[in-house]
Amino acid sequence: MNDRLAQPFQQPKTREIAERMAEDVKGRSLWADARRRFVANRAAMVSVVVLTLIVLFSLFGQIISEYDIETIDWDVLGNVATAGKPSIENGHYFGFDENGRDLYNRVVQGSRISLAVGVIGALVAVIVGTIYGATAGFIGGRVDSIMMRLVDIFMSIPYMFVLILLLVVAGRSITMIFVGIGLTAWLDMSRIVRGQTLSIKNREFVEAAIAIGVPTWRIIIRHIVPNLLGVVVVYATLLVPQMILTESFISFLGLGVQEPFTSWGALLSEGTKTMNYGTLWHLAFPLFFFVVTIFCFFFIGDGLRDALDPKDR
Amino acid sequence: MNVQSPLLSVRNLKVWFDIKRQGAMPWTPTDTLKAVDGVDFDLMPGETLGIVGESGCGKSTLARAIMRMVPAEAGTVLWLGDDLLQLNHHDMREHRKEMQMIFQDPLASLNPRMTIGQIVAEPLKTHHPGLSPSEVKDRVREVLDRVGILPNMINRYPHEFSGGQCQRIGIARALIVKPQLIICDEPVSALDVSIQAQVINLLMEIQEEMGLSLIFIAHDLSVVKHISTRVMVLYLGNVVEISEAAQLYRSPGHPYTEALISAVPIPDPTAEASKEVMILDADLPSPLNPPSGCVFRTRCPIAGPECAETKPPLSDRGNGQQVACHKR
Ligand SMILES: Nc1ncnc2c1ncn2[C@@H]1O[C@H](COP(=O)(O)OP(=O)(O)O)[C@@H](O)[C@H]1O
Ligand code: SF4
Ligand SMILES: [Mg+2]
Repeated sequence: MNDRLAQPFQQPKTREIAERMAEDVKGRSLWADARRRFVANRAAMVSVVVLTLIVLFSLFGQIISEYDIETIDWDVLGNVATAGKPSIENGHYFGFDENGRDLYNRVVQGSRISLAVGVIGALVAVIVGTIYGATAGFIGGRVDSIMMRLVDIFMSIPYMFVLILLLVVAGRSITMIFVGIGLTAWLDMSRIVRGQTLSIKNREFVEAAIAIGVPTWRIIIRHIVPNLLGVVVVYATLLVPQMILTESFISFLGLGVQEPFTSWGALLSEGTKTMNYGTLWHLAFPLFFFVVTIFCFFFIGDGLRDALDPKDR
Repeated sequence: MNVQSPLLSVRNLKVWFDIKRQGAMPWTPTDTLKAVDGVDFDLMPGETLGIVGESGCGKSTLARAIMRMVPAEAGTVLWLGDDLLQLNHHDMREHRKEMQMIFQDPLASLNPRMTIGQIVAEPLKTHHPGLSPSEVKDRVREVLDRVGILPNMINRYPHEFSGGQCQRIGIARALIVKPQLIICDEPVSALDVSIQAQVINLLMEIQEEMGLSLIFIAHDLSVVKHISTRVMVLYLGNVVEISEAAQLYRSPGHPYTEALISAVPIPDPTAEASKEVMILDADLPSPLNPPSGCVFRTRCPIAGPECAETKPPLSDRGNGQQVACHKR
């Protein structure tokens, strides 16, 4: 060790210096900094790995099974508690559900729908909410007042009630759930984004852009939105589990996806109904995926917030 | 002597803000804050006008009103004969490339998510959208080199530079469209003293090279002394004195200017020890409720009864000195 300390710093050759000067130096963006902090966060990184596995499971899980989601095994039906237990040997890894169908395939399929509802719902909410909130906040004045009063009015509508009404009247379908959830979730997002926009708008670099004469839409896209992105990303990751919970709740009420398709909420609902008959695995398997996924999203959201906004701690 | 016509000619410019009182009902009338209250001045091509005054006296607001970043209540801003305040958005944009601005907080005035190459290129891309990417890049490198930033730094981000370097980048951004006027709003107030001189010297060199006009805002006279041709002193949104720089320092006309000058430290320690510092007692009055008559009278050591009656007009004293005071 001491030997190394004693050595002088190596002097690069002059020509090398000149070459290095001519080459463009790479910058260290705020995003790169955030990525480094995120990767250093153990809980968040483990969550990313686990979540990736769950997503892969939901997309490709059916490959390792020879069964499907709707074929009923008449031998097991009526006798699920004893004959329908999970078993590696017969290929029914998660056993049978109450109707004698392969539960493994149903969990795979249910995960796919729940994750899709969560991600797509959050995406719609984020895109609509960000554009709406940034526009209101940046333009300000009367436009802002009108736009935000509109949001207040939408918010005062009991949306779970409206959603249920919508599902009852227009019929149960996945599209309807997407529409219903996506339409209401952007409201919160637009409020958060507007608040952030108001504070960014008063920063000097936006003033500089105005002085330069940069058109308003370019200021929103080049200056406001990139500086909002941190908040938006964090909120979006926290919105996904919220969407999943909403969908599950609706499915739990029996208004969600239609048979033979299923989702975590629908599986949990069935699982709780048959709990007393000694078929606990009906509840355990979907619950495991549901809980683990929700936790993963929360840890990732936390990690992102710490990574993107280190001064907040 | 050839008589030049001014580049910028500001007349009776007023910027008022409506201030809602805390907890006021929607129908109660708002208070009016007269941030800039009737300012007149001319700026000649190639000239540097220093603007001095305490914090909150309306310097930034005046600059922003000239750039049309806040709406003016009244007045005209003649830029090469056009009244900027009357132009529509499109025509105003045409003029924005002729006047640029440099800001007080060097780091905050650069978007943290953009590389300095993108930041410096922005005015060029806005006003000359036809340029090819390689032309833009060449111009950016050239101007960065001019302000003393290594051109190979274009991919770096603002937070990787020091305050002085950030201000140089801000200057590069202002210069790239070759403006005729740069308004510098306290460009060195946030910098270390040693760096202040470098930045001011850079501005002076560039001004010489490009024949620029500058409006240089500062909150104390010592910074302005070095760079200005003429100096304008503001107090509560009013001009109290405009003079040739040398004249102003030699014999200040207005009692407020006198007080400001006496507060500037003299490099010679014996002179510094023996000089009399005029201390302004009493606080700066609220701009929401300025004194009647002369706005300076609550702190003026020589105020008389007439000072509360009428506002003293800005009047010419010869030697290129204009003073707004009843007694001087
Ligand atoms: N957008 C605004 N709304 C209301 N009041 C403002 C606004 N901008 C500035 N002011 C007020 O105008 C006065 C002058 O401000 P400013 O021009 O920033 O002063 P300076 O730059 O000389 O420090 C201050 O009293 C300030 O509070
Ligand atoms: S007008 Fe009166 S109060 Fe104002 S500066 Fe002159 S002497 Fe002082
Ligand atoms: Mg200011």
